[in-house]
Amino acid sequence: MTSANAEMFQASGLNKRNERVQNSYRILFGLMTLMLITPVLLILGTLVAKGGGVISWEFLFTAPTDGMRTGGVLPALLGTIWLVMVALLLSVPIGVCAAIYLSEYAGDNWFTRTINLAIINLAGVPSIVHALFGLGAFVIFFGFGTSILAASLTLAVMTMPVVIVATRESLQAVPQAFREACWNMGATRWQTIRRVVLPNAITGILTGVILEVSRTAGETAPIMFTGAVFFTPFLPESVLDQTMALSLHLFVAATQVPGIAEEVPFGVALVLIALVLTMNSASIAFRMWLRGKKKW
Amino acid sequence: MANSNTAPGVSVTAGGAAAFDRRNFDWYVDKAVQAIVFLCGISAIIFVLGIFVFVTKEGVGFIFEHMNVREFFLTPYWFPSDADDPEFGILALMAGTASVTGLAMLVAIPFSLGAAIYIAEFASGKTRETLKVLVELLAAIPSVVWGFIGLVIMNPLIIKWFDVPVGLCVLNAGIILGLMAAPIMTSIAEDALKAVPDRYREAAEAMGATRWQVTYKVVLPAAKNGLLGGVLLGVGRGFGETMAVLMATGHAVNIPDSIFDSVRALTATIAAELGETVVGGEHYQALFTIGILLFLVTFIVNLSADLIVRGIRKG
Amino acid sequence: MVSQSALERPPPGSQANGESGGSPIKLAVKDLTISYGKTVALKGVSLEIREHEIFGIIGPANAGKTSFLKAVNRMDLFSSGMRVDGEMRFNGLDTRQLNNLYALRSRIGVVFPLPVGLPMTVYDNVALSPRWRGITNKAELDVIVQRCLTRAALWDEVKDRLNALGSLLSGGQQQRLTIARALSQEPDLLMLDEFSIAVDPVTTMRIEDVLKELRKEVTIILVTNLVQQARRLADRTAFFLNSECVEIGITEELFTGEVKDQRTRDYVEGRFG
Repeated sequence: MTSANAEMFQASGLNKRNERVQNSYRILFGLMTLMLITPVLLILGTLVAKGGGVISWEFLFTAPTDGMRTGGVLPALLGTIWLVMVALLLSVPIGVCAAIYLSEYAGDNWFTRTINLAIINLAGVPSIVHALFGLGAFVIFFGFGTSILAASLTLAVMTMPVVIVATRESLQAVPQAFREACWNMGATRWQTIRRVVLPNAITGILTGVILEVSRTAGETAPIMFTGAVFFTPFLPESVLDQTMALSLHLFVAATQVPGIAEEVPFGVALVLIALVLTMNSASIAFRMWLRGKKKW
Repeated sequence: MANSNTAPGVSVTAGGAAAFDRRNFDWYVDKAVQAIVFLCGISAIIFVLGIFVFVTKEGVGFIFEHMNVREFFLTPYWFPSDADDPEFGILALMAGTASVTGLAMLVAIPFSLGAAIYIAEFASGKTRETLKVLVELLAAIPSVVWGFIGLVIMNPLIIKWFDVPVGLCVLNAGIILGLMAAPIMTSIAEDALKAVPDRYREAAEAMGATRWQVTYKVVLPAAKNGLLGGVLLGVGRGFGETMAVLMATGHAVNIPDSIFDSVRALTATIAAELGETVVGGEHYQALFTIGILLFLVTFIVNLSADLIVRGIRKG
Repeated sequence: MVSQSALERPPPGSQANGESGGSPIKLAVKDLTISYGKTVALKGVSLEIREHEIFGIIGPANAGKTSFLKAVNRMDLFSSGMRVDGEMRFNGLDTRQLNNLYALRSRIGVVFPLPVGLPMTVYDNVALSPRWRGITNKAELDVIVQRCLTRAALWDEVKDRLNALGSLLSGGQQQRLTIARALSQEPDLLMLDEFSIAVDPVTTMRIEDVLKELRKEVTIILVTNLVQQARRLADRTAFFLNSECVEIGITEELFTGEVKDQRTRDYVEGRFG
């Protein structure tokens, strides 16, 4: 009796201590999370405070003036849209097809592992190395010159893993039983993919594409030597033109233009962040909306 | 015997059978799609090889004609555009990259692991979802914006707080890079923690362990490889980062003595100088040689991260 | 061995035997062995199924019944790890040397025990296979859809909501939708694997009646764990146990005691399984 009581007493004392340890760790990790997020939010707040004033329709829709010291961002904004669109045209079809191969055809073997490793590497190689590749391959070897085409190809190669990973995930979320049901009815693999797998994965694929837009729009290094220029008075008219781009424009405005009005680079940064974060939030919101919709 | 009985029957139906066993349009479409999809599937391999081939192609001239391996790796003198006697020593650049990446990891690893543990093991419901979305959005901020932040926000702060003449230094770039890498490492680490099956947690909790005990004794050991993989990917990311370090380090070729020294990184050197070089020239080729080095290092880092993460799936 | 002797014996004069004895062979299987890695799911099975018969396969779980159906449909090509050895002839054609595997499968309708309503409308579920065959005429499709759903005893329940998602129907309804889909293929050979698992007894009886009707048009392989269902429907029945085909015979004989193997008697009399 007495020993049992003693044990129970001891146990509850231990419990209390454990509880205290537990709570202090909870607080510690919570604080770490906050310390990770708060400074960034503060910084973003500062950007908004300093650059918010300069944002206006005029800022978005006029070209830089006075040797880029004043004026708007129109050519850079349009250039970014060009670059992103052309890059998507190239990377989305290839990326989606690659994901279809990996999800629907590839077996679990060394070959598939090699492809996966290549995808990880494509995403992990430094952006400046992609820039060197783009310069060596598209600008010089294929002779596209510094052009939207060369820059977009470089961006496409670099951001393709985003599409591949997102597409593969949404394809694999379609239950295997649906495929087998179709195969059993004599459907070819492609008929099955077209009628059953893709329609149920398309929204997930779109989420990935939006995410890729956000990634592509923010990249700077890969386009520096392949197609984007510090300044050009002309708006791009074809994929063989050079262009300005928002991301590079921010770099230029922040470091290369003496005597620039202080709020201009803040405004450029804000436009770029707004563009990237809006696309990203859209992708997240889309994903959450999807999760709420049940089809099976 | 059964065969001899059924032989006529077989031959009769065989005619009918052959009628359906013909390759039709759908069959050919299926084969064509399979071929296309396969080509796209291996495109990733082709691109990675392409990167290696083209970067090497442009840089190989330097390696065989001008490069002195000792001088290249072991001297800190980087004067590539000196007309009479250009010098190509990347020791200082490597020191710059290493110091910035090292400091960034000191900032990012503890905080991102802490945040990952909080999000995966302690937070729940709405808090958890909100934190995850925030982390994802932080990871999306472009690197040139981070560089800009280092330049216009961190720079004056460091000058003011530490009373130093220049705020573009190892400390600045390290913090910026740390804040940049942390969200990515947090989400990878969180994935690794979530990959530990709930039954492990339930089993430990059923024995009366607290959340922290469960995390410390059960979840962390089980997620060890995934966490390590995440850290490695973060290192790779920091190592290869270009725009942020270009703008926040001060860009001075220098082996740093303290965190307040300006440095210059390998990546930033390429970004800053490539535009001024002559295609095919010695300087141009030297920059591509740095590119080969960067490619090889990140390749090895990514490969090891992959092997380590794969380790848990097998175990 | 067992199977051969069962086939050699001229079937006694029941109606069922008269028919199956004279009709050509739909499916001939010789020395079929199925394995997953080192696990053997079925070994050394030889049997012949004749046109327009209902061929029952009974046996407890893990006897290799489902694997057998998968092998007939050559699903081994699409599921890694499944290995099939031996000879299999469908309509006299070696299914291991086909030009168009998909054409074989479209001739064979299968219903597996887990119901799968595809995530498209009920109508599209049933019209899927006809469309793949090239039927695009709406009126024609309407007829097929109604006929197949009626035969699967589902028409009355879904005729007002043909646009509902097939994957959101109840389990029993999805099961019958799966049957309707298999029928929409207008198959040569219909294979049902424990179709009544998710269906109530009354519906089961209705589907059984339909199967008896269908017998005039198609050959049916009926895998079931309900021995009485095999007795009600099958002309001949095979008994699978522990990856082996123990016995093949006229269904009625298995139940009236004319069996060669004690295990068959024990199983049909409910002593195990």
